[in-house]
Amino acid sequence: MRDGKGASRAPVLRFTNCRILRGRRLLREDLWVREGRILDPEKLFFEERLVADQQRDCGGCLLAPGFIDVQINGGFGVDFSQATEDVGSGVALVAQRILSHGVTSFCPTLVTSPPEVYHKVLPQIPVKSGGPHGAGVLGVHLEGPFISREKRGAHPEAYLRSFEANAFHDVLATYGSLDNVRIVTLAPELGRSHEVIRALTARGICVSLGHSVADLQVAEEAVQSGATFITHLFNAMLPFHHRDPGIVGLLTSDRLPPGRHIFYGMISDGIHTNPAALRIAHRAHPQGLVLVTDAVPALGLGNGRHTLGQQEVEVDGLTAYVAGTKTLSGSIAPMDVCIRHFLQATGCSVESALEAASLHPAQLLGLEKLKGTLDFGADADFVMLDDSLHVQATYISGELVWQAEEARQ
Amino acid sequence: MGRGSSYKVRANILSTVVTRIPFVSIRHREVGQNTMKLIILDHYSQASEWAAKYIRNRIIQFHPGPDKYFTLGLPTGSTPLGCYKKLIEYYKNGDLSFKYVKTFNMDEYVGLPREHPESYHSFMWNNFFKHIDIHPENTHILDGNAADLQAECDAFEEKIQAAGGIELFVGGIGPDGHIAFNEPGSSLVSRTRVKTLAMDTILANARFFDGDLAKVPTMALTVGVGTVMDAREVMILITGAHKAFALYKAIEEGVNHMWTVSAFQQHPRTVFVCDEDATLELKVKTVKYFKGLMLVHNKLVDPLYSIKEKETEKSQSSKKPYSD
Repeated sequence: MRDGKGASRAPVLRFTNCRILRGRRLLREDLWVREGRILDPEKLFFEERLVADQQRDCGGCLLAPGFIDVQINGGFGVDFSQATEDVGSGVALVAQRILSHGVTSFCPTLVTSPPEVYHKVLPQIPVKSGGPHGAGVLGVHLEGPFISREKRGAHPEAYLRSFEANAFHDVLATYGSLDNVRIVTLAPELGRSHEVIRALTARGICVSLGHSVADLQVAEEAVQSGATFITHLFNAMLPFHHRDPGIVGLLTSDRLPPGRHIFYGMISDGIHTNPAALRIAHRAHPQGLVLVTDAVPALGLGNGRHTLGQQEVEVDGLTAYVAGTKTLSGSIAPMDVCIRHFLQATGCSVESALEAASLHPAQLLGLEKLKGTLDFGADADFVMLDDSLHVQATYISGELVWQAEEARQ
Repeated sequence: MGRGSSYKVRANILSTVVTRIPFVSIRHREVGQNTMKLIILDHYSQASEWAAKYIRNRIIQFHPGPDKYFTLGLPTGSTPLGCYKKLIEYYKNGDLSFKYVKTFNMDEYVGLPREHPESYHSFMWNNFFKHIDIHPENTHILDGNAADLQAECDAFEEKIQAAGGIELFVGGIGPDGHIAFNEPGSSLVSRTRVKTLAMDTILANARFFDGDLAKVPTMALTVGVGTVMDAREVMILITGAHKAFALYKAIEEGVNHMWTVSAFQQHPRTVFVCDEDATLELKVKTVKYFKGLMLVHNKLVDPLYSIKEKETEKSQSSKKPYSD
């Protein structure tokens, strides 16, 4: 039924026969979209006196906000930390391929690298809206080089740095421009970290604590200075100790600024974190849990041996090993696999599992009005899932950008 | 109504009259015959279903079209919810369409934002409009936030006139016997206007506002008793024991401005649909009388028409609507 006036008016889409995640619950409701945003149908009915122009039957599927991955180092053979002449194509390839995982926005992550790499790569990864070409780039996540030597993990020792000398100026000199940067992971025990944290926060950059040997007090002070995230909880930090919980203790700390809580990333591939540890963290502080893939270039390459830069990697199912060894070589579980595993390991509700991959990362980045939610006015980035949380279709700005083979008729 | 005569005799007379006119549709039979029917079903769900079937048959047999809309007056509250659910079901099954139906709601709170979950706009959207194929321009609900409230009320009356009057006005009843927000003491010839709510009504509504009396609106815009009396037919839904006393006052006592629903005793065509519990304050004689008429009254909902069966209209004339 079309309203006679204004044929040039933007069409209203109505997704029907579905359940949507809204207000922390799964509701039996239709999803209305216009001009790439979620629309309030009651307002449309009573104020504009209009009906939908097109209807889409979702076949009883679940509609969840598009997933947001704030830590992904590459995939499909692409390594974001590699300084090539055309970093843009690599980012675009990954952006396009992760649509099938339900990811509609992400933060390409760079590991510890020499300044030349940052100067060359960062300008080539601008913030970009998503669309049929791929998931949106929210900004770069810089993991290092201002991290602890002891807890560097796989990061190259030669390129670790400190900012003791010139604090924020050292940071700027290392990275070059901060224009496209969204998150910086650093170790708060490094000298003058408070100045750096405050300067970064003042520029709207999210500061995350990770690859660190900080104790709880140092970590709390860092949060008081503005840090809001913990990079892959449990990994690359001091283990929880009952007399000094370390960074892990931030989950239940009572010394955080009032009204604020800490967010923490977790890799829920069933390999990098023991399910019991996943459950302890989730039960201690469910509101702060952010699912990340921390995926490496071997993501999506399929079983077998692959050459990635200087490394030979052996992929077997969801595990990647350094070829010929049993040493883990990073995670390769796609985001939707992480969500399903998280649901099964913690026994949490479907709503919680979906929020950990959408609402929480959006809140971390202060984007929850537009991303990670299906509230009225938000960007129409969403995923169509079946009851077992397998991605059937992905939409960005209300446009279908990926569809599963079976769903294609 | 002749309450002195035996109800059995009356039922027999009616059924005799009925079998002598086999080809006349229900509507033609009613013309010129003023009626007050009391339909009693066992439970709330059956009462809701009966009412919905009645509305469905009325709309379909009206043969609405682009030049001939069926105008329906609608209520809010918990009583009509079951009826709305059934109507939605009929639409979803393809048996009924609201494409050529215009609706006029009875009332709306004053000062409550339209998007407030307890506004009557929200109620109608969530419980009815969003589930069916009615066009928004064919729905009319009073605007409790209009700059000039009385002008809004006058305009509403004009809209009803412009639509050709109301074909069927569906309403409920308050525990104090009010129809819409025509509280005890209201004029029985009143028109759409601003009303201050009675304490009974505010108390009854408190459960929708977290039980906090301070949050309940104290004023509302409402159609008048006279407005509803202008409708060609009125159907009142009354269910639950808490409405029993009001039903008693409406049916067994006289027309009384303290129980405004009683005004419909003077309406040429009224149907009261209720469940067993709502009859608890009526005389056993009254209840037995009307229950005895159910055989006849059920012919109003059986056969149940559907827009799917275009052929039914043609074969109808060859089919006797009432069996011997």
